[in-house]
Amino acid sequence: MNGASTAKKRHNRLPAIAQAGPVSLWMILFVTIPMLFIIFISFMTRGSFGGVEYTPTLTSYETLADVIYLNVILKSLRVALVTTVVCLLLGYPFAYYIARKPADVASRLIMLLMIPLWTNSLMRLNAWMLLFQTNGPVNKALLGLGFVEKPVTFLYTDGLVLLGLITNFLPFAVLPMYSSIEKLQTAMLEASADLGAKPSVTFFRVTLPLTFPGIFSAIILTFIPALGTYTITDMLGGGKVLYIGNIIKNQFGTIRNWPLGAALSVLLLLVTALLIFVYSRFAKIEDMEVL
Amino acid sequence: MMKQISNRKLRRQKRNRFFGALYASIIYALFYIPVLVMIQFSFNDAKRNYSWEGFTTMWYGKLFSFRNHDLWEALAYSLIIAVIATIISVAIGVLGGVGLKKFEFRGKRFINLMLYVPIVVPEIVLAVSMLIIFMTIGIKLGMGTIVIGHCTFCIPYAVVTIKGRISGDNETLQEASMDLGANRLQTFWRVTIPSIMPGILSAAFLSFTLSIDDVIMSNMLASARQSTLPVLILSVNRTGVTPDINALTTIMVLVMVAGMLLLSAVQRARAKKEAREIAEMEKRISTMHSMVE
Repeated sequence: MNGASTAKKRHNRLPAIAQAGPVSLWMILFVTIPMLFIIFISFMTRGSFGGVEYTPTLTSYETLADVIYLNVILKSLRVALVTTVVCLLLGYPFAYYIARKPADVASRLIMLLMIPLWTNSLMRLNAWMLLFQTNGPVNKALLGLGFVEKPVTFLYTDGLVLLGLITNFLPFAVLPMYSSIEKLQTAMLEASADLGAKPSVTFFRVTLPLTFPGIFSAIILTFIPALGTYTITDMLGGGKVLYIGNIIKNQFGTIRNWPLGAALSVLLLLVTALLIFVYSRFAKIEDMEVL
Repeated sequence: MMKQISNRKLRRQKRNRFFGALYASIIYALFYIPVLVMIQFSFNDAKRNYSWEGFTTMWYGKLFSFRNHDLWEALAYSLIIAVIATIISVAIGVLGGVGLKKFEFRGKRFINLMLYVPIVVPEIVLAVSMLIIFMTIGIKLGMGTIVIGHCTFCIPYAVVTIKGRISGDNETLQEASMDLGANRLQTFWRVTIPSIMPGILSAAFLSFTLSIDDVIMSNMLASARQSTLPVLILSVNRTGVTPDINALTTIMVLVMVAGMLLLSAVQRARAKKEAREIAEMEKRISTMHSMVE
């Protein structure tokens, strides 16, 4: 492009404001300001009737170091980590299988993956509950086959919560990995094989590094939501097992301790920022597959 | 010797293909089992869904007698919110997607970064931070706040989807349009918008599905009086979901699948039409060439 048209663009700012203005304004009003405000609130004092008193304090963060909260945080991190690892291990071969199919078959297989996502997510979780009821089909099968003497209690256990988390987030781990693997050129793999690399060597030295952006996107899209969810844990854990998400939610409902809820939110923000920072060391943020 | 090796290779390929298909089927089963169970229990002959008590289509009849006021009200509320949120998100997403691709301005990097925030930050954090702002300023919770919440996570997806559709040709086309005397607004409506139509459609579909299935925002930013369908489901889950809810969500997923099939049929028809037009244009050009010669 020539200099004249650039100069013209700089003079006439109206189109730029009209097009990029609304999105910029929306993001600043409803993302930037609320994020800054929640960080601010986390350093304030809890009001005596709920709400907030604007006296700075570190009380909320000290509360987080309490054994009760610390245990919840550690447990949530552990559960989110297990969910992520299982989703990666199950999802990568699956994504690989789809990506190596001819394009038209692959797009149909991806469609087949999307359809269950249009079913209400809570109703899908409810279906798992129905399957794992005390007198549900899973228990009946286990009893019938003689694996167990009496029905197993699955409901409201960590195991069922984990199953719910994994089945809920697996598609979101598969999609970014699929688009990374799909972009991988077969020529690369053939070159590696021609140069005498064993399939396993090709996989670990070529395929895995080249599909890293997809894998890391999958980690971000699984680990962070799994860490912050409260609906899955509420439905399948019956509110008995508490996770970070449940505690945050409770601070804004019945308990009304905003600064504590804000401090926990800031903790989640920090974990997110840390993951994104690590990602940005290895790949460009713009290359992150989010869809 | 050579033949033996290729035979063994072939057999191994066959075996790998079999295990691949088997593995994929197991994963698909994991996704489809809950959906099928959900549909099955819409035919359950019981007041509440705990165990299977026999087959009935009663719940569909009850549903369409429109006596389940709560359920239909919650669905209507969800639908209105989803439609408004989709319209706002797509409008801002189209403008923003084009604008952020085309123009350079101070703070652009910051806005691009902010667009990633709702995608990666846990939804509960986003919801709570907005809740605090609304409560502090004194904005009444209700449909308006839920729509704002939904738009905040739909707009980034809309922008990303639409930005992905804008290619180099787009710029050329726009310049051609302006050279031919169209003003900016005409160019935007008649050149830019049609050229990114597939992106707009997928952004709309994505926004709608994200909004209609959302629980966390809709729960945190709602007034105590009215709730969306997913929030209603969350609250009745403790006491047992009634089969009419299964019936309603079954119908909803069927409508979604039909909508998606329609959308892809339209897109395929458009692609075919474009291909035909291009072929015709090429034919005309070649006849012109031959005439010149």
